[in-house]
Amino acid sequence: MQGKLILSDGTVFLGQSFGADQPTSGEVVFNTGMVGYPESLTDPSYYGQILVLTYPLQGNYGVPKKDFWESQKIQIKGLIVQNYIDYPSHFESQKTLGDWLKGEGIPALQGIDTRALTTKLRQYGVMLGRIESRVKSQESRNEKENTRLSTLATNDFIYDPNKENVLPYVSCKEVEVYGEGKKNIVLIDCGVKENIIRSLVKRGVKVTRVPWDFNPIEAKMDFDGVLVSNGPGDPTQAQKTIETVRQLLAKSKPVFGICLGSQIMGLAAGGQTYKLKFGHRSQNQPVLDKTSNKAIIISQNHGYAVDMKSLSVDWEEWFVNLNDGTNEGIRHKKKPFMAVQFHPEASPGPVDAGYLFDEFLSYVR
Amino acid sequence: MSFYHMSDRSNKSYKSNILKKVLVLGSGALKIGEAGEFDYSGSQALKALKEEGVEAVLINPNIATIQTSKNLAEKIYFLPVTPYFVKKVIEKEKPDGIFLGFGGQTALNCGLALEREGAFKKAGVKVLGSPVKAVEVTEDRELFAGELSKIGVKVPKGGFARSLDEALKIANDLGYPLLIRSGFSLGGLGSGVVNSKEGFIKMVTAALKQAPQIAIEEYLKHWKEIEYEVVRDNNGNKITVCNMENLDPLGVHTGESIVVAPSQTLNNYQYHYLRKISLQVIEHLGIVGECNIQFALNPENNDYRVIEVNARLSRSSALASKATGYPLAYIAAKIGLGYNLPDLKNSVTLSTSAFFEPALDYIVVKIPRWDLQKFVGAKEQIGSEMKSVGEVMAIGRSFPEVLQKAIRMLETGQDGLLGNEVDDTKLLPTTERLFAIAQRFAKGESVENIYEATGIDPWFLYQIKEIVEFEKSLQLSTISSQIVLQAKKLGFSDKLLAKAFKVTEDEVREFRKKHGITPKVKHIDTLAAEYPAKTNYLYLTYHGEESEELKESKAKKAIVLGSGPYRIGSSVEFDWCSVTCAQTLRDKGLETIIINCNPETVSTDYDSADKLYFDELTFERVSDIYDIENQSLCHAELVSASDMKIPKRVRDDNSGNVSLVLGFGGQVPNNLAMQCFQAGYQILGTSPESIDQAEDRNKFSKLLDQLEIKQAPWQSLKDLNEAVGFAKSIGFPVLIRPSYVLSGSAMNVAYSDSDLKKYLQDASDVSAEHPVVISKFVDGAKEIEVDGVGQKGDLLIYAISEHVENAGVHSGDATIVLPPQRLFLETVRKIKDATRKIIKALNINGPFNIQFLAKDNEIMVIELNSRASRSFPFVSKVTGFNFVEMATRVMLGEKLSGTYKTIDLDYVGVKAPQFSFNRIKGADPRLRVEMSSTGEVACFGSDLQEAYLKAILAVGFKMPKSSVFLTIGGEKSKLDLLPSAKILAELGFKIYATDHTSKFLSQHGIKNTLLHKIAEKKYPSILDPIKEGIIDLVINISKPRSEAGETAGYIIRRNCVDLGIPLITNLQAAELFVSSLASKKKEDLEIKAWDGYVDHH
Repeated sequence: MQGKLILSDGTVFLGQSFGADQPTSGEVVFNTGMVGYPESLTDPSYYGQILVLTYPLQGNYGVPKKDFWESQKIQIKGLIVQNYIDYPSHFESQKTLGDWLKGEGIPALQGIDTRALTTKLRQYGVMLGRIESRVKSQESRNEKENTRLSTLATNDFIYDPNKENVLPYVSCKEVEVYGEGKKNIVLIDCGVKENIIRSLVKRGVKVTRVPWDFNPIEAKMDFDGVLVSNGPGDPTQAQKTIETVRQLLAKSKPVFGICLGSQIMGLAAGGQTYKLKFGHRSQNQPVLDKTSNKAIIISQNHGYAVDMKSLSVDWEEWFVNLNDGTNEGIRHKKKPFMAVQFHPEASPGPVDAGYLFDEFLSYVR
Repeated sequence: MSFYHMSDRSNKSYKSNILKKVLVLGSGALKIGEAGEFDYSGSQALKALKEEGVEAVLINPNIATIQTSKNLAEKIYFLPVTPYFVKKVIEKEKPDGIFLGFGGQTALNCGLALEREGAFKKAGVKVLGSPVKAVEVTEDRELFAGELSKIGVKVPKGGFARSLDEALKIANDLGYPLLIRSGFSLGGLGSGVVNSKEGFIKMVTAALKQAPQIAIEEYLKHWKEIEYEVVRDNNGNKITVCNMENLDPLGVHTGESIVVAPSQTLNNYQYHYLRKISLQVIEHLGIVGECNIQFALNPENNDYRVIEVNARLSRSSALASKATGYPLAYIAAKIGLGYNLPDLKNSVTLSTSAFFEPALDYIVVKIPRWDLQKFVGAKEQIGSEMKSVGEVMAIGRSFPEVLQKAIRMLETGQDGLLGNEVDDTKLLPTTERLFAIAQRFAKGESVENIYEATGIDPWFLYQIKEIVEFEKSLQLSTISSQIVLQAKKLGFSDKLLAKAFKVTEDEVREFRKKHGITPKVKHIDTLAAEYPAKTNYLYLTYHGEESEELKESKAKKAIVLGSGPYRIGSSVEFDWCSVTCAQTLRDKGLETIIINCNPETVSTDYDSADKLYFDELTFERVSDIYDIENQSLCHAELVSASDMKIPKRVRDDNSGNVSLVLGFGGQVPNNLAMQCFQAGYQILGTSPESIDQAEDRNKFSKLLDQLEIKQAPWQSLKDLNEAVGFAKSIGFPVLIRPSYVLSGSAMNVAYSDSDLKKYLQDASDVSAEHPVVISKFVDGAKEIEVDGVGQKGDLLIYAISEHVENAGVHSGDATIVLPPQRLFLETVRKIKDATRKIIKALNINGPFNIQFLAKDNEIMVIELNSRASRSFPFVSKVTGFNFVEMATRVMLGEKLSGTYKTIDLDYVGVKAPQFSFNRIKGADPRLRVEMSSTGEVACFGSDLQEAYLKAILAVGFKMPKSSVFLTIGGEKSKLDLLPSAKILAELGFKIYATDHTSKFLSQHGIKNTLLHKIAEKKYPSILDPIKEGIIDLVINISKPRSEAGETAGYIIRRNCVDLGIPLITNLQAAELFVSSLASKKKEDLEIKAWDGYVDHH
C-alpha cells in the first residue's frame, strides 16, 4: 500500500506503508543509531514525534517481549525507514516490526529516501509533518506539483508536541515502588525509560516512581535522593516539575537530572534552555567530562539544551559535546546537584556512562 | 592537498619536540594474509608523520606500493623487513622512534624479535603506539587467555600444547570436534577443525612444525563471528569505530568470509554488550592506537567468546576505514605521536571531533576473491586458513543491492547468483558457496535446511532467496518500469535484465533512462547526514530519490578507473599506477575522479582524487558515473549549441569535458575500452581502435607481419584435430592460451599430443567465445620486457628489463633485472627498433609494454599491452623517471621531450616474486607459464648479485649455512647446473642428492650424500634430512614435461614449502643464486637508501 510523508514546508516523500493504516502527524526527527528500534520506539521522549531512522534496514531482529521495552507501548507517532525487513532473525524475536506497529496502531512508511529527508531536516531544522496512507499511485504522481497548494491546509492538521505540556500523557498516574534497599530514591517520571529504573534497582536502592507533578517535599515523603527523568517536549512547559526541583535544590537534597531532567534542573537553577536546530538523536555523540578531561561516547535523544551562560557562577559545566560545543551536563560546585543531557541508562546505545548512577548514589550514601 | 586538519588547541604535536625522526616498517611483498591493506595503512602513517614535520624513514622492499613513492617518506630503504636489516638501518639512521603497527604481521614480528634482543633499548629507539608488552600478550594465546580471565572476559575453552602428548591430553578432556589454532601467524596458518583423533594427530603434528605452541579449543559450531575495530588514545579515551558481522559462521577465517558492516542480526543489547567488552579488553591490555577484536556469539543466547585481538592495523581495519570513512591508520599514527582523540578532528566533516563512532546510513559487504584455479593441486574448500588473494567491497542501501554489486566487482565472470553452473551438491564452505546456495534455493530448498547445513544466519538466507526468486520470475515477465525498478533495487545488472528480456544491454539502459530509473549519488560522511561532508566519498544506489549535490569546479574532469580486486596478476602495482595518474591529473588542474571497489587500496582513500566513487568497474556503472559527471558539468557550464551538434566521438581529446582514463588499472578497465568508445565517451590516450588492434591476436599478428617483426608461429583454432595437426606442423612444445589473457588463465605448455588434448579441454572451458590459440614454444629463449611511453606514435621513454628465468615462467613469476646485465647490444638494438616501429604503427599515445623473446640474437614479439603494465612502478622507481606521470601528461596532450638514461645505470634493480604456496595446501610450487606469485619486491645493488640476494632475502629466503639438497631432472639440466654444483662444493656446502643426480655428481668428482627413494624405505630417504631440519636449501629442477601429482619431486617441493625450507625450481635462478652466494655474504650487502642509488628526475 502506498503512503506519503508531507513536511510542513510542503515537501512530499512517497513510500509504502508497513504499519497501521491511518494518518498521523507530529514533529519529524531523525536518529542515526544503527541498532535499537524496539527501545527507541518505546522511549516516551519521542512522544508526539515521527521518527526517521537513518540506518536503511529496519526490522532485522524483530521485536522482543515487553520486558525489554522502554515503556509499555510504542510512543512515537509514526516511523519512516528506507527498507523494512519483514523476515526477522533473532532468538528473542516475538513478532515482526510491521505486525507490532499495526497492532499498536502506529503508521510507518518504507521506501523513503531517508538520507535526503535527513539532509533536509539538518539544513532547515526539524519540521512538523504528516503521514498519509492509501494514496493511489496515480494521485501520488501529481503530488509534488500540488504540494504548494496543499501546504497551508496541511499545516492545520499537524500536531506539534512542543505547543503543550505533554508530560501528563507519558508520566505514571500513581506512585509506584520498585526494588528494595535502605535508600529511597524518588524518581520524578516525566516519561521515564524503564532502563533508568532497572539501572537504579540493580544498584540496590528502593525506587519510588512518582508522577511528573508530584512534589515529594509537599507530600512529606521520606527520601534520600531524587532523579528527574527524561521526557518529551519543551522543558519550559513542565512548570510544576521545575517548581518541585527548585524546592529540592533549596533543601540541598541530592538531585540527578537526565535529559529533560537536566533541562528542568537548569531552569530550576535560574537558567535558560533553547531549542536546537535539529537536536541530537544518536548513539555516537562524544562528550568530554571537563573535570576529568576524559571523553566518552553516549546515547542522546534531545531537542532542547541548557544555555550554560545563563547559569549562575555556583554551577559549572560538567560535560560538553565535542562536536558542537553544546552543554551536556551541569553540576553545582558545592552541592549534590548533577545533571546530564545524555542517557547513562543507554538502551539504546553505548553503556559508557552507566557509572554516573554510581556517582549519583555516592552522594546519596 | 590533505583533508586532515587539527583542532586549534593542538597545532603542534605533544611530542614533536622530542621526535625528530621515526622509522616505519612496511610489510614487504603482498602475500596471502598480508596484502595491499598495509600499503594503505603505511601511507597513512607517513602522511601523519609528514604533517607533524617528523622525518620519516621507511623500510619496505615492495616497490609497487604507494608508500615507497617519492615525497611520502624522507628516506626509503628497499631492504628486507628482517631484524638484521632493520638493525642495520637503525644504526645508520639513528631514529628516535619506530612504528611497528603499520606493516602487518611481518613488521610486528620483526619488531618483537628486536625488542626481545634489546635492540631498541640499546639504540635509544622508542616504540610508538601500543607498548610491546601489550602486543606480546595478544600474540601469545596462553598469556592472552590468562589476562582476559583476570577481567572476567570469556575466551574459548581449551588449552595449549607444545607437544602431541600435551595436545592429546587436552583433546581427551574436551572431546571432539575441536578447533586447532597456532599463534604467531598470518591469516590463521596451520589451523582447522578436526572431528576425529586421526585427523587431530595429523594436524597437530603439522602445526607444531610451524609454531612452537598451538591452541586447542572447543569448536563453537554455527556461532556468529563479530568483529570490532577499537581505538584507544594515550589518555585512555576509547571508541569502537566499526563493527562487522561475518556472514559465514565461526570456523571460516574472517579473510575468507563474506563480511557485512555494520552487523545486521545483532540487537541493541548484543551490539553494545560486545562493544563494552571490546573497550574493557583494550583498556586492560593497555593498547595505544588501533586494534581489532574478534568475537564468537551464540545465535541462541547471548553467550560469547573473545577469539583474538590484533594489536595492529589489519585487513579488517582497512576494511573498516573504507566502510566508515574513518581513517583508522592515520588516527592511530597521530595517537602514536602523542595526540589524544578529542584533540583531533573528523577528517570528513572537518568540523566535528575524531572522538566519535561513525553512524552508517548504508550497508557494506565484503567478498573475498580467490584464485585457487591458478594452483595445481589446491582444494576449493575454505576454512580457518586464509587462501583468498584479494577482496571487494560494495556499498548500497539494501543487502541484495550490495551483494549483487559485490559479485560483479569480483571480476570472476559472474553476473548474478544463478546460472553459474556450480556444483551445488556440497554446501561445505567453498569459494563458490554463495552460488551453490542460490542454486539450491532455485530448486526449492528451504531456508531452514540451508541454515542447518551452513550456519549462515537466516537473515542473509532469506534475502538471498528473495534475489533468486525474483531472478526466476524475470524469465516469465516482460520489460516494464515497475519490474526494472524493482530489479535495480535488488541489485540486478542491465546485462542480466537484457538476457532475461532478450534485448540488448543498451536497450535496457535506454529503457531505464526513459523511465527515469537511474542510480542516485550518496555520500559516505561518517555521521549519517547529521553534519555535512567536506569530502567527496561517493557511491551509487537505487534506494534513493535524489542525488546529493556535489561541489563542482569549472575544470575539465578525468575519471581514472582503478584495478578492482587484487588477484594473481593484478595487484598493488596498478594501484600505484592509478594513484600516480590521479595525482598528475590533479596537479595539471583537472577535476580528478577515481572509480574503484577494492578496500585494500590507496586509490580508494577519499583524498587520492577530488572525488571517489567506491563502485563497480562494469561498463554499466562507469556509464552511470560518466552520465552523472557529464550532466552536472552541463549544469555548471552551459555547452554552446554548436558544440552540442558535434557527435562526441569525432571530437578530439582536448574538446571533451569529461574523459575516461583506462590505461592504469590493468586489464579490467582496458577491457572496457571498445564499449566506452562505441558509447561515444571521451577516452584519454591511445585510441581504443589501437587498443583493440593490440589485444586482438589476429589484428596484432597482421600488423607484425606488415612491420616484418617476427613472432612465434601461431594459429587460432577451434577444433581439436586441427589443433593437433597444427601443433605437429610447428613441432612441440607448444604454448596454449585463450585470446584475451589475464595473467595466463589456462595457459599451458604442451610437450606432446596427449598433453595438448588434455590442456585444450581445460582452456576451452575457460573461454567459449574466444578460440584457443596455439603457438610455438621456444625452448631456451630469454624473455625481455620493454615498458615505455609513446607520444603520438613516437617513443618518448622506454626501459628494457630482462628475465632471469628463461621463457616458460610467467612474466609475473619471473625475476626481473633492470638494466639488463646479460643482453647483447645487438639484441638491445633490435628490440628498440622493433618497439619504435610498433609504437608508430599503433600511434601509441600513453603507456605500453611489449614482451619479447630473444634467442641467438634473434628477437620475437610475444605481446603488446597498450596500457601500463605490472612493471611500471619497478621501472619508474629504478630509473628515477616516473613513467606513469609522463604517460599521463602525454595523454593530456602535453608535449614532452628529453633524453632519458635508462640503460647505462651505475646500479642494478632486481624484482623478485613472492609466493604464497604455504597458504595453499597441496599446491605444487613449481613455476609454470601460469602465474602463481601473489606479490613482489625489488631491491637495489651495485651489481646483479647484490641486488638479487637482497631481493630473495626480502621474499623470505634464508642464506644457506651448511647443506644443500640437489635433485635435477634430465641430462641437459644436470650438465647446465654442474658448474654451480662445483661452486657449492667449493664453498664448503655438504651436498645431498637423489639417485640420478648423486651418480652424476659423483661422476664429476663432487662429493655428495645419496638420499634414497621413499619407496626403498632406507635411511636416509629424501625426506629424512628435510624433516630433521638439516637442509638449508633445496634445488629441484624437474623435467619440463613431468606430470603433476604425487611424484617424488612434488613431495620434496611440498615439504620444503610446508617446512619453510628455501626452494629453487628454476635452472637460471639456481645459477644466479649460486653465483651470488659465491660473490657476497650477508654482511657485504650495502645498507643504502633509494636516493643513494637513484637520481630523482
